[in-house]
Formats: sequence, structure tokens, C-alpha cells
Amino acid sequence: MYKIVRKHVFNPTETLLEIEAPAVAKKAQPGQFIILRVDDKGERIPLTVGGYDREKGTVTIIFQIVGASTYKLNQLEVGDCLHDFVGPLGRPTELTGERVCVVGGGLGTAIAYPIAKAFHDEGKDVTAIAGFRNKDLIILHDEFSAAAPGKYYEMTDDGSNGNKGNVVVPLEKMLQEGVKFDKVICIGPVIMMKFVTLCCKKYGVPECVCSMNPIMIDGTGMCGCCRLTVGGETKFACVDGPDFDAYKVDFDEAMQRGTMYKAFEKKAYDEAKCNLFKKEAK
Amino acid sequence: MWKEYKPNMAPKKNPMPSQDPKVRAHNFKEVAEGYTAEMAIDEAKRCLGCPNKPCVAHCPVNINIPDFIHEVALGNFEKAYEIISESSSLPAVCGRVCPQETQCEMKCTRGLRPGSEPVAIGRLERFVADWHNANFKGEVVKPTPNGHKVAIIGSGPSGLTCAGDLAKKGYDVTIFEALHLAGGVLVYGIPEFRLPKDIVQKEVDGLKALGVKVETNMVIGRVITIDELLKEYHFEAVFIGSGAGLPRFLGIPGENLKGVYSANEYLTRTNLMKAYREDSDTPIEHAKNVAVVGGGNVAMDAARCALRLGAEHVYVVYRRSLEELPARKEEVEHAMEEGVDFQLLNNPVELIGDPETGLVAKMKVEKMELGEPDASGRRRPVGTGQFREIEVDCVIDAIGTTPNPLIKHTTEGLETNSHGCIITKGESGLTSRDHVYAGGDAVTGAATVILAMGAGKHAAKAIDEEIMSNK
Repeated sequence: MYKIVRKHVFNPTETLLEIEAPAVAKKAQPGQFIILRVDDKGERIPLTVGGYDREKGTVTIIFQIVGASTYKLNQLEVGDCLHDFVGPLGRPTELTGERVCVVGGGLGTAIAYPIAKAFHDEGKDVTAIAGFRNKDLIILHDEFSAAAPGKYYEMTDDGSNGNKGNVVVPLEKMLQEGVKFDKVICIGPVIMMKFVTLCCKKYGVPECVCSMNPIMIDGTGMCGCCRLTVGGETKFACVDGPDFDAYKVDFDEAMQRGTMYKAFEKKAYDEAKCNLFKKEAK
Repeated sequence: MWKEYKPNMAPKKNPMPSQDPKVRAHNFKEVAEGYTAEMAIDEAKRCLGCPNKPCVAHCPVNINIPDFIHEVALGNFEKAYEIISESSSLPAVCGRVCPQETQCEMKCTRGLRPGSEPVAIGRLERFVADWHNANFKGEVVKPTPNGHKVAIIGSGPSGLTCAGDLAKKGYDVTIFEALHLAGGVLVYGIPEFRLPKDIVQKEVDGLKALGVKVETNMVIGRVITIDELLKEYHFEAVFIGSGAGLPRFLGIPGENLKGVYSANEYLTRTNLMKAYREDSDTPIEHAKNVAVVGGGNVAMDAARCALRLGAEHVYVVYRRSLEELPARKEEVEHAMEEGVDFQLLNNPVELIGDPETGLVAKMKVEKMELGEPDASGRRRPVGTGQFREIEVDCVIDAIGTTPNPLIKHTTEGLETNSHGCIITKGESGLTSRDHVYAGGDAVTGAATVILAMGAGKHAAKAIDEEIMSNK
């Protein structure tokens, strides 16, 4: 069993869990993901590794409550155990490039952070941009500030933190001003990655990498559910990715595929909340 | 010929009691209900006990078929089980899923005359295994440990068999399984109505009782590499039974539309994740018109699952004719009885989506005809240039799988062929790496449970010989 040793609630929809999983912690690298199940009836939930402590044997995950399964996950407390926790899966992010810009959106910032940190630890020149809907949803402010000293741009959609706009705004401004990046890495909602990629293309950034997070089941290449089109070829995010050459990814198709179970998710989420309410009422 | 009783000269097999097709097409309970003891004894008496035993020669693990059937005829069911167990570790599974018509039953003397049927060997095997599981009360005797460690990668039929054979010899065996549940294709692929998961669980529990350790959630290659298993974890040999899990797609336009599944995904959601049950958190599309592409057992399983998930119309779209259909005869018959609509000599060329929802809406197919035989010996389907569209809201590709490349990518010096299948030396299963063996679909590409079991057996023997010779 995989014990929860730390829980931190960022805000009503985002939570961090640190989980005892020594075998996973030993091998995990930035950009890789894990799959967990809350209980023996649970869905297999893929989540990108948010951090790891090889000595303590723990792995950190940060998740957003979007459906029944993540709702159940959020009900767990320190000392509770997860039924299953498997990983690390996927290929790690390639830490190449001297001047890099790491862009995270929403929950994607949780995944972007270990990548920014890894580049920083390697002595690379790191710029970071993170975007949130409003200032109450901002996470990992201090961490990013440390990983990209003096070059961290924090944006909110509603401008409630004083920086209104999406992540493309500061990126485009820098590129316009002639800032050169060898590589831009973006992680977040597919629509955000699409526009970051378009911007990079416009200004001729040599390399743009996106971290895809599609629906998947096994995470080992077996089901093909996570497939996407990259440069006209079908690729599996779980084994060929999750990082891909963003210039070649068919983002529109990925967005479409991501909505496959929207109706089911909503219904299951409502039921899960309702069931909990009934339990509490008892 | 047996002396104790007169043979039963009925030309046909005792029919298998089964759920009514109209009822079973809407539930996930097992289709075939199994022989009663009386039926089994009556059927067993059809065996003539031929001295040349053509059935044994056509069984991939050479079960001593006439002898076990003889014991069934005498009512000695546990004795019959012991005879099967000498050669097979998964009789309850094989009795259900083996393609007997192309193996043991194919050359049965009783089936040679036109209009007559072979002895129902598969049904008898299943009866014996189920009888044992229900009635055996004895204790499993744990073998004396011999102090040698062997790692098995994958808990499908080849891995379970290899583990079982080695454990019986006293080896300290650990199975590493990537998924959260042991059983491989037996749990994620083959549906409940054909192979109840309790039966697989019993087989796995049986191995655990012998001392086999099963570590789930272990993706070998990622969490531990084969080199680490050998050097850091001190396993003296590794058996790779990782199967052929990578799905193939048709490569036609529209395949990434919503509502298009690989059979692996559809079956995994249904079987492993139990998406058909109310209490499962895993979603699945409850489509109305489902087209399954392919003609193998997996295609039949997917089509029949779709019916049970409430589809109104389920097509099997296959580019050759009924004669070339590779699925087990019984599965095809069952699917037809349940109302699956076989669109034979039809080849999908395009999937067309609803522009608003992004869901698949139509499948465009080309009418085919059969030409000259191809490399596989089957007549090659040739396009006729006539196209039509079938209305669908779900498409399932069941056109085959290839071995998962993860192990190859993470194991230096492990040679594979152009299809990604691991290359082995003869029957032993020894790979291009010392102390590393492989068997089952990872070596052959997608094949049958029993062939994988056979490979697991041979590898267990070779591993034992290697380790014992190094003592």
C-alpha cells in the first residue's frame, strides 16, 4: 500500500499529496507520470510527477478535482493509503538547451515546476511563465521564483494579481524584444499549448516541446486511448511521450479527443458529491 | 479400447448447457454453463482410448488426454485432474478458451467420419478443473525451497505457467505485473462471459499457495530494469512473458475520432476496469451502432461485449469470407446466435465524423472479393471499387497487436525481429541475453493461451537445467 505522508490544499480545486512509493521515487524524473487508483473499484488516474525525494522514498503529485475519481482522491488524508501507485511511466523531459523558457498553465504549473527546477539545477538559463485564472489559484510562487530567479512571470486571466493576461502575453513580449530561447516547454490546457506553440513558431524559436496529458488507461502502451497525431503519425502519449515536438502536434484533434467522457465525468462527479453528502447526513 | 465399460457410440457430442442467446446477449454471466457429472461421464465414454493418441500429439502441452478421460468415465474426477495437472497449470482456463477444433479435437478418431463429432475434450477438461476447484479440500503441499531466485515478467498464461512449474521444483519465484491485477490477457482481454475472473483468480491464488510472490504495479523496464533484476536483485534467471499488448490501427482517415477504440482499450475498460458495472468509476461509451473490425477471437469478444453494453446493432466487419475467419468456431457461432451482424468481404476505408461533436458517425467500406492465395495461404481479398457507408457511433479496431517495445528499449542486447518479437533459441526460450528467457506472445506475436503456456513450460525446464548445471 502507498501511504499519504503529506497533504497540502492549495485551494478548493487543487491539492498536493506526498506519497510513500520508494521504488517509484528511486527512478522518477521530471516529465514522467504515475498512475494511481484510490480504491479497488477506482479508475486508473494518470498524474504527472510533481516532485520526488529519493532518500525519503516519496513522490509528490498535484491534482485538480475535475471528476468523481479526483474528488475521491481529495477525500483522503495523511495516513490513508492509495490502493495502487505505479510508475514512473513515459519518457523523461530532455534537459537540452542552454536558454529555456518553461511555461505552465493552471495545474500544468505543477508539472512545469520540476522541469524548471531540473534545468535550473543543471545551471541552465531558465525563464518561467505561469498562468492562473485568478490570484487565489496561484500555486508554487516561491518555488518558481527560486527556479527562475528574476525571470519568473506570473499571470492571471482576470488580472487579480496585477498581471492581467494569459501566458502568451509575456512570452510574445520577450520574443518581440529579441529575447532568444533555444527551447520553450509548455505544459497546461491543450488550448494554451496550442497558442504558445503558434507564438513560438511566429518568432522562430528553434524548439518547442509540449507535455500532453490525454485520457489513458494502462499507461504502458496497451490501450491506445492516449493516441495523438504528431507529424501525421499516430503516437501514444504514454510510451512515445508525454513530451512531443509541439510544432508537429495536432492540437485540435487532441482537444476533441479530450472531451470524450465529459458528460460521464460530470454525472459521476455529481453522484460522488451527492453520495458523500448522504454519508455525512447519516 | 477400455475394458470397464462399453463405449458410447453416439455420433455427436453431448451438447453444452448454455444460457439462452437472447438472455445472455444482455448479461456478463458465463455463456456456457458446463457439463453435469452425468453428462461428463456419458461424454467420456465416447473416447475409444486409441493407442496412437492423435489428440495428445495435437495438444501444445501434450496432456495425456485418453487417460484423463478414462478416469472421468469411471467417475474418478480428482484422479483425472491429477493427470491433467501433470502437463497443464491452467486447465479451467484452457478448457474454456483453447481452440480445440484445430488442436486435440481435430484428429480425434470419433470425429473423422462425416456427420460425426470428436469427443468434447475441451468441455471435459473444463468439467474436471471446475470439479476440482469446487470439491478439492486437501492442503497444497509447499515444495522444499531450493534457494534459487527466478523473476517472471508478466502474469499472463506464459508467465503463470513458467512460475508454476518453477515453484513446484522449489524455486523462489517472483512475478512482476505492470497492471494492478494479475492475469494478463486473461483478466484484461478475455471477457467475463467467456472466462469468469474468479477462475483466473483461483489459478493465481493456487500459485501463491505454492509460494510464488506476485508484485503488481511493477512496470519492468521503467521501475526496475532487467539488468537490475539480475545484478541488484540477484535473480538468477528472468523469464519475459510480457505478451503482445501494443494495438494496431488500420491507418485510415478518421481513426482518431471520438468513439474509435482499439479492442484492447474497449476490452480493458470492460473487463479489467468493469465499466459495465454500476459501481465502477471507469467510463465506457454505451453506443447504439457498433462496428468491430477484424475476424479473430478478440473481434468476437469485443462485438459480444458491445451487445452486452446495450448496443442495438453490432457489426463484425471483416475483409475476407466466413471460411477465413480466424476466430474459434464456437465464438463465431455464439456471436451469430446472439445477433452479431457479420459484414463479410467488406474492408473499411474511411471513418467519417460528425463535424459538431467529433464523434464517429459513419464507416465507409469497400466490397471485396477473394483472389489468389497470399503468403498466409488464405485467399487475398481484392477491392471491387464498390463503396457504401454504414452508420455507426462506435468503431472498435480488432486487427491485431504487436509486442510492447518497453522491455526491448530498456534492455541492452535483447534482440527482436522486424515485428518487435523477441528472438529466442529454439524451444528453450533463451534470448540473445544470458539468463534471460522469453515466451508467449512476446516471442510469437499474438497467438493463443495454450501456445503461451507451452512456451512457459519449455522455458521453465530450460531455466531449471541452466541453474542446476551451474550449481
